[in-house]
Amino acid sequence: MTGNLFYFLTFLTLFAAIGVVASKNPVYSVLFMILTFFALTGHYIMLNAQFLAAVNFIVYMGAIMVLFLFVIMFLNMREDTEQHKPMLSKIAAAIAGGILFVVMIAALKDVNTQLATTAVFDSQIGMVENLGKVLFRDYLLPFELASVLFLAAMAGAVMLGKREPGEQNRF
Amino acid sequence: MNDIPEVIRTIPLNYYLFFSTALFCIGIIGVLTRRNAIIIFMCIELMLNSVNLLLTAFSSYRSDPNGQIFVFFIMAVAAAEVAVGLAIIVMIYRNVRSTDINILNKLKW
Repeated sequence: MTGNLFYFLTFLTLFAAIGVVASKNPVYSVLFMILTFFALTGHYIMLNAQFLAAVNFIVYMGAIMVLFLFVIMFLNMREDTEQHKPMLSKIAAAIAGGILFVVMIAALKDVNTQLATTAVFDSQIGMVENLGKVLFRDYLLPFELASVLFLAAMAGAVMLGKREPGEQNRF
Repeated sequence: MNDIPEVIRTIPLNYYLFFSTALFCIGIIGVLTRRNAIIIFMCIELMLNSVNLLLTAFSSYRSDPNGQIFVFFIMAVAAAEVAVGLAIIVMIYRNVRSTDINILNKLKW
């Protein structure tokens, strides 16, 4: 049962990821991206990482993808607006990506992951309680610095989005 | 309550390695083949998510919370990156009326 669910979610994720790359219309790309994130949330739940599943669901699917969708609708893109690369460079890019995939699979094929298992297993590490304890004990400084990062990102986005005084009013 | 989850008992960790590699390579192919800056940006998000999944898988299999904290920080940085990146794309669109990256190829030199 769990094995079938794993294969189904993996297939769904890869299918939606190929849909992101292959679809002509940017709106369909965003919708496939949301499907990818949904399947990845399922993977997180299966790995018993409930906190990350919730964060993935709220931050990625809720905030980031809505921002993407909003920008695409704001810019009013249609499928005929994107010019495509020549077929030769597309094929070359696909071959380059495929070769990278083959090389990485060949390198990772014989990895002995049995070493990664531990004698004492705690299945509750992905819960909010345990992660919060670790976050606020060992990682308090990075957590606080993340707020500075967000402040800088917010100021940067506002500065970039503001219209310059001498700019033409074309938009 | 402290049972090992069924995925960890039945699915080997190598499958997550292969799956994350495949997702990462799809993202790379997307970056190389598309010309729309927003699609390229989404493919970068795809690559970030494949790394997130692999970190979570290793963290769960080893029952070590540090990996999941890392994923949390990666998500925070990705959110900040998306805000700034989309602002840049909107500004480019306002100036050249397009998000085609080939118009901006002078940035290469």
